[in-house]
Amino acid sequence: MALRKVLGIETEYGILVRGGESNPIAASSILINAYVQELARAQSRPAAGRIGWDFEDEQPGNDARGFSADGTMPPEVETHLVNAVLTNGARYYVDHAHPELSTPECADPRSIVVYDRAAERILQRSMRAATALLPEGQEVVVYKNNSDRKGNSYGCHENYLMDRQVPFSKIVAHVMPHFITRQIFTGAGKVGSEVAGLGSDEVPFQLTQRADFFEEEVGLETTLKRPIVNTRDEPHCDAQKYRRLHVIVGDANLAEVATYLKVGTTALVLSMIEDDWLRRDLLPARPVQALRQVSYDLTLARPIELADGSSMTALEAQWEYLDRARKYAEDRGLACVGGDEVGRDVLQRWEAVLTGLETDPGRLAGQVDWVAKRRLIDGYRTRHDLGWDDARLAAMDLQYHDLRLDKSLAARAGLEQIAGDDEIDAAVHDPPPDTRAFFRGRCLQRWPDSIVAANWDSLVFDVGGDPLRRVPMMEPLRGTRAHVGSLIDGCESAADLLDKLGQ
Amino acid sequence: MAEREQKKKQAPAKSDEAVEDVPAKSEQGEKIKAELDDLLDEIDEVLESNAEDFVKSYVQKGGQ
Repeated sequence: MALRKVLGIETEYGILVRGGESNPIAASSILINAYVQELARAQSRPAAGRIGWDFEDEQPGNDARGFSADGTMPPEVETHLVNAVLTNGARYYVDHAHPELSTPECADPRSIVVYDRAAERILQRSMRAATALLPEGQEVVVYKNNSDRKGNSYGCHENYLMDRQVPFSKIVAHVMPHFITRQIFTGAGKVGSEVAGLGSDEVPFQLTQRADFFEEEVGLETTLKRPIVNTRDEPHCDAQKYRRLHVIVGDANLAEVATYLKVGTTALVLSMIEDDWLRRDLLPARPVQALRQVSYDLTLARPIELADGSSMTALEAQWEYLDRARKYAEDRGLACVGGDEVGRDVLQRWEAVLTGLETDPGRLAGQVDWVAKRRLIDGYRTRHDLGWDDARLAAMDLQYHDLRLDKSLAARAGLEQIAGDDEIDAAVHDPPPDTRAFFRGRCLQRWPDSIVAANWDSLVFDVGGDPLRRVPMMEPLRGTRAHVGSLIDGCESAADLLDKLGQ
Repeated sequence: MAEREQKKKQAPAKSDEAVEDVPAKSEQGEKIKAELDDLLDEIDEVLESNAEDFVKSYVQKGGQ
């Protein structure tokens, strides 16, 4: 049986200081520190900046194919930069000159939408707090996009818990075609291309932010020669039982439905791979070229040549995945994506989006980012009679992703909401109840002064006198509210909790 | 193979045209056009005043 897909999203945001020197590392540090300090002030306690991230178990150089690659450049762990752990179970830090927020582990795609939107609110609050610390006339601004339009890209990564038994080659064969073809609803849209030699005549507008930056099919890199399927093998849990598929090929989405389907359909495809449900692989003959072809094809009608000699459009491939997923749901159920209710909703929305893309993509301006962005840009271009090279269109492209509500174009585009405002607000501070993030977040809420370090799979306590005590959390679906909620609530102190846990 | 592609190729080309070119005869169409017009008015107000400088100054370090 397919494993329950525990999920997470890591987003690297673009950052600028308007009206001042823009050192991105300094700006990102100010942004995160300002947030942490403001929270501490609001709760009238000392800044909890001392709860650091614990790097003991970080091994980003491990390769899922079972070897340690020579000559490639596994990402370095930057321990000296700002690193905060939040009470909602998220990690908020500076990575590669960007502020990055990793959501807590979520147990279904709807929960991911709530925590991804909560992350936006955390960044918004951070912007206001940081700007208040800067000299008059300066402002920190954060963008939820993936490119500066000058060839520099930063990612929005997805993570999926998988069964270690499944051979990695099988995952690659079936998930790569999904990554290439899901772009038709996951793309956040971009004016032009950043590939040398492709001007606005060739690519006036494309479906995705990221397709320009992928040069390999499979590999360990994330910053250079990016691969469609990333092989980082760092499960952050019991490595004998699990792997964490680290997906780097997607765009950051503003449309909730796009985030929901990006994660929901991928979780279904991965479950079908685990259960050997996908027989025919739809692998393109030239995957890297196919990734770009799909992103550049606004008609959605150009067939992709497959390795087996046949061909199909991205839409046809997605219809085939959906068809298999429906039969899978009937036969095996939907526990893998969080149960019947959310699973059926993913299937229905998947169908609705494919139908819309096939008949009249313009109707999906509330659900799909590239359609929403394109509607604004086409309208503006026509109204002012602008060429595709006009800087105003490039500015709109960037400003779609501006997280300031008074500037954001996405906030004006009429995007459909799945998550309720109240639950998003709650998710800024409270962890999801149904993964180990609950234990991490709830302990941080109760005893911030007794926790000296945290990471995905452990918490380190200092309860005075004794040596530091590490509580391992190797099972992503343990440490939930159902498991430990009343235990934590019944404890007076962290020492009390450790005693009861038998630590 | 080519036959199969032809048969399945049903995505309309109209998505490629500018929004203004879509005839807005029906009431629904008028409403959609009016909404877009309001939105474009608002964008005129909030869009970065010096688009060229803004786009030039938006430089990021590469990330993951």
